[in-house]
Amino acid sequence: MEINFENLFLSKIDKEIKIEPKDWMPEKYRQTNIRQISQHAHSEIVGMLPEGAWITRAPTLKRKAILLAKVQDEAGHGLYLYSAAETLNISRDEMTEQLLTGKAKYSSIFNYPSLTWADMGAIGWLVDGAAILNQVMLCRTSYGPYARAMVRICKEESFHQRQGFEILLVLSQGTKEQKAMCQDAINRWWWPSLMMFGPTDSESTNSDQSMKWKIKRKTNDELRQQFVDMAVQQIKVLNMTLPDADLKWNEERKHYDFGAINWDEFWQVVKGNGPCNKERLNAKNKAWNDGAWVREAAVAYAEKKKKREQIKVA
Amino acid sequence: MMLLKKYYYGDYGEIEGGVSSNKSETEFPLWEVFIRSKQGLDHKHVGSLHAADVAMAVENARDVYTRRMEGVSIWVVESKHIHASNPDEAESLYEPSMDKIYRHPTFYNLPDEVGHM
Repeated sequence: MEINFENLFLSKIDKEIKIEPKDWMPEKYRQTNIRQISQHAHSEIVGMLPEGAWITRAPTLKRKAILLAKVQDEAGHGLYLYSAAETLNISRDEMTEQLLTGKAKYSSIFNYPSLTWADMGAIGWLVDGAAILNQVMLCRTSYGPYARAMVRICKEESFHQRQGFEILLVLSQGTKEQKAMCQDAINRWWWPSLMMFGPTDSESTNSDQSMKWKIKRKTNDELRQQFVDMAVQQIKVLNMTLPDADLKWNEERKHYDFGAINWDEFWQVVKGNGPCNKERLNAKNKAWNDGAWVREAAVAYAEKKKKREQIKVA
Repeated sequence: MMLLKKYYYGDYGEIEGGVSSNKSETEFPLWEVFIRSKQGLDHKHVGSLHAADVAMAVENARDVYTRRMEGVSIWVVESKHIHASNPDEAESLYEPSMDKIYRHPTFYNLPDEVGHM
């Protein structure tokens, strides 16, 4: 009996059976997953930079320890995701090279600078908050290793958002200057956070097929709306405002309407012209090059140990 | 430069010789990580990582997979040593157990008086 692999694959997707590394899959499905998972991994890794900048300047030892733990989590999340991508037959070195040469993209949000301590709060609340909505959805993605990585990441991620909100909460109850700093950070991070969900559904090139293959389970616009509805409630606790005059409850839709997103800015940053694109890539290249001797030494040491053991056995 | 052959989790190992990737001759080998979450439970596969040797693999596994006290014991195995069944042969591989429903306790109808058995 001849098996039609494509039908078998589609029937698995249909029945919510996860696709595993050695299962047959369409080449496009493999490529899409490699692209999405590696971009996701790169985002975790580059995402360490804006926060890393504040580790030495955190206002207290407690905040410093928390920030360190969060940045370490992000390194871990990057590793979970790189491992998931590697099951699709792309090597870690290839992915690293794609990141360092600028061939691969990462979330554009990390091309914005972190100017004040309040940015650590706004990044946690808004940027991680937006990421979590996407990641919760991806716990149900159809590719098994990706879904499992996401489950682990989601478990750890809620601390990130909560610590960010708490930073803002403390500032919002502080001096006049601290309140102003809090509002300023929210103003600067709000719109880029909305852009994190990607182009609107009518403009998004990858969405359709990804929905059919259940790589994505919700559209960009659905997730963005969910985020806006959530933030509108939470900002009240901070006694701050969101920088959008068009934010209004829509009784008919049962959602908040919001103002137009500046897509020109979005595409400029994607194309490499954001405030920090060059700085981020330079930092990653420097880290990779400066670390070369460590990688070489580790390999040499492992080799030497192996040889010694062989001599002992003989 | 030493040549590291690259294998992927779930490869068939010796059957196909693994997948070798020529592009990554300097990459650290890949390891699979298994964690025992608490005394009395099995070690469970949690993911993989790259490391130059066993000591680095265990230390990295601690940093990557047990940052929140998720484990009391770690196993690491170089991925190339894992041999997996072939999903394309799943049907014939598991066929022998398909028609043996008498292996399940519910196959036997016993009177209620027997009680819990």
